[in-house]
Amino acid sequence: MTVAHEANIDIKKGSSSLLHNLAFRGVAYQVLLAAAIVLLAYLLYQNVNANLEKQRIATGFDFLNETSGFDIGETLIEYDSEDSYGRALLVGIMNTLSVAACGIVLATILGTIMGIARVSRNWLASILASGYVEICRNVPVVLHVIFWASVIRNLPSPKQALSPMEGVFLANRGFIFPVPEPNPAYTWVWVALAAGLVLAFGFNYWAQKHREKTGKYIATLWPCMGIVIGLPLAAWLVQGAPLVWSVPELKGFNFRGGASLTPEFIALLIGITFYTGAFIAEIVRAGIQSVPVGQIEASRALGIRRGFIMRYITFPQALRVIVPPTTSQYLSLTKNSSLGVLIGYPDLVNVGNTTLNQTGQAVEAIAVMMAVYLGISLTISLGMNIYNRIVAIKER
Amino acid sequence: MTDTTAPIAAPPRAEGQADTDQPRSRQQPPPTEKIAVLRWMKENLFASPGNTLLTIILGAALIYWVPAFIKWGFIDAIWYTPDPEVCRQSDGACWAVVAEKHRPMLFGLYPYEEHWRLVVALAVYLGSFTITLIRRFWHWQILVPLWTVAIAVISTMLWGGVFGLTFVETSQWGGLPLTMVLFSGTVVLGFPIAILLALGRRSHLPLIKATSVTIIESLRGVPLITILFVAVNVFPLALPDGLEFDKLVRVMVGMAIFFACYQAEVIRGGLQAIPRGQYEAAESLGLSYWQMTTRIILPQALRIALPGIMNHIIAALKNTSFVLIIGLFDILTATTAVMQDPLWRRWFVEAYLFVAAVYFFFCYVLSKYSQQVERWLSEGRRF
Repeated sequence: MTVAHEANIDIKKGSSSLLHNLAFRGVAYQVLLAAAIVLLAYLLYQNVNANLEKQRIATGFDFLNETSGFDIGETLIEYDSEDSYGRALLVGIMNTLSVAACGIVLATILGTIMGIARVSRNWLASILASGYVEICRNVPVVLHVIFWASVIRNLPSPKQALSPMEGVFLANRGFIFPVPEPNPAYTWVWVALAAGLVLAFGFNYWAQKHREKTGKYIATLWPCMGIVIGLPLAAWLVQGAPLVWSVPELKGFNFRGGASLTPEFIALLIGITFYTGAFIAEIVRAGIQSVPVGQIEASRALGIRRGFIMRYITFPQALRVIVPPTTSQYLSLTKNSSLGVLIGYPDLVNVGNTTLNQTGQAVEAIAVMMAVYLGISLTISLGMNIYNRIVAIKER
Repeated sequence: MTDTTAPIAAPPRAEGQADTDQPRSRQQPPPTEKIAVLRWMKENLFASPGNTLLTIILGAALIYWVPAFIKWGFIDAIWYTPDPEVCRQSDGACWAVVAEKHRPMLFGLYPYEEHWRLVVALAVYLGSFTITLIRRFWHWQILVPLWTVAIAVISTMLWGGVFGLTFVETSQWGGLPLTMVLFSGTVVLGFPIAILLALGRRSHLPLIKATSVTIIESLRGVPLITILFVAVNVFPLALPDGLEFDKLVRVMVGMAIFFACYQAEVIRGGLQAIPRGQYEAAESLGLSYWQMTTRIILPQALRIALPGIMNHIIAALKNTSFVLIIGLFDILTATTAVMQDPLWRRWFVEAYLFVAAVYFFFCYVLSKYSQQVERWLSEGRRF
């Protein structure tokens, strides 16, 4: 009663006083907020400038062109200590992207397997997957990364390296494995692979259209795999099947030949993959369980084969639930790759941190890092939004 | 369509099946049905050839690994010894590293003689926390006095400087108590900010909405590490001369704002789920914006968003471990520092497993608890 009574008075007053005019108050609040933001920004700018001047720290982004003077252990593009800070940061960005891309692929595979295992009818598979999920997601990702980094650092030295297979080594220098020696013929193999992928996608698309039009099912899995594997194989055979393996050998204290993954890369990759995989597993499980049982029962009643039910009934519907939260997991994996700074993997934050310490230009260095991560995040969300639009319910 | 066709098509087939099947099935005794264990195994382990194969592979792996793990972790393990040589002689786990180093691991750089104060603080904290989790005590008359006393005791114990306790600077705080302080500070500071950001994002006033969206989206797009860098490296530059904030406070504020941005999105989800009628009814009763928000909308929105809110609270606990990067001595940093000791460095696996178990315990309890709260809140509600 009292509330209604007071409100009555309010309304009466509202018609007379400007203070009680909702539209006026809305404008007033916004003006106040804008003034506060401008004032705060001005004060911060003033203070930062004054403090930087006092400490004789340069401002602006000129440092990007100066010589960095530090080496980076792992680079995808050519780089040495004579190069600029800008190039060093670019190396960092590429390292961040490469570990994040590998992590996203591996975490998706691991998460999908574990998610399906959790809803599997096999009791053993389901409890093992639950154990994995509960353990990995309830332990901080920092601990995951530190743990694996310590494990790899404490592997035997190259002389006593573990060698699960001929030519493959696991040591505190990382994972070393044989690769084929470069050969001009391989260019054509890559071209053939690309062509095979395009053809396979085209065939798949055509088969789907054909199925939708006529209702006739054309098996695509084996033909597609045939094209993707067969074309490069044919290209390789036609050119005389050149193959010389570069096998790593122990020379002195380290390995020569072959290719290697650095310990830091492996540790970071394993850490973020195990952690994010557990979250993706939960998302996949929830997605599969979100498909009503009636859908599966109806498909069985129609006599559809088991594999077909999973592929054409359950999975497309589950994807609608799976894709949006998986996007945020991909984003968080990418951001967690910044933990490379902890274990010495030269990712963006690591290089940026070194830059910060050498130049003292904290504001600019951190701004660069933040801007790049924002850019990566926005790109991933954009890509996943497009994919989401493809799998989302088509309302006709 | 299906409703009309199903009854017509179904009965004849069902009768036909019944005629042929029943006599045969009576002749065959159901062998596995009699023994529950066998039936359970058939259904859950050997339902199909593929399933059987999977069971055999996983079973073989378990039979190979589990005894080896038990032998390493329990049978051959050294539980207590001050002498690393003893551990070196053994093939099993060296839990003695935890026994030997538990004080620097759990309490970090805090002065050794004053560790008892941290034990008291932790006990008070965990005690009050447990009481808060119990539903019977969910009354302001109980919780407010409880936490007033608890916070007073905890801060007296941590800081000291009164009652003859020596003063300890925050830079010396460490270990599990620091993790607790960071976690609680993040959640307590962050939650109101989260609510304001969520309400701001739903506001009709364009500038307020734009400000909230910018803050939420830009901070969610960057890693926590960069925010901690800002708190440690940039924030001091932005303050006028003579004004300084403690590093711990700066880090906590940074983590709180980061937490708030994620939490705001979860709360916004809850707000969006409130039917329009609720707003309209509140407005037609003449409630002001804040009356409507605090009495009608938020209680419902927070209840709907509860699972997500709890997820981010658990994430906040795990995120405290990021302070390792900026050199605050939480339990993980302290352990990493302890593992520099050349005498004990070999047994880092045991030490990290111990820390993992500590985090796992708290996170797992919180996640199970959040499921329980969801059940409580949905009692008597069927929509």
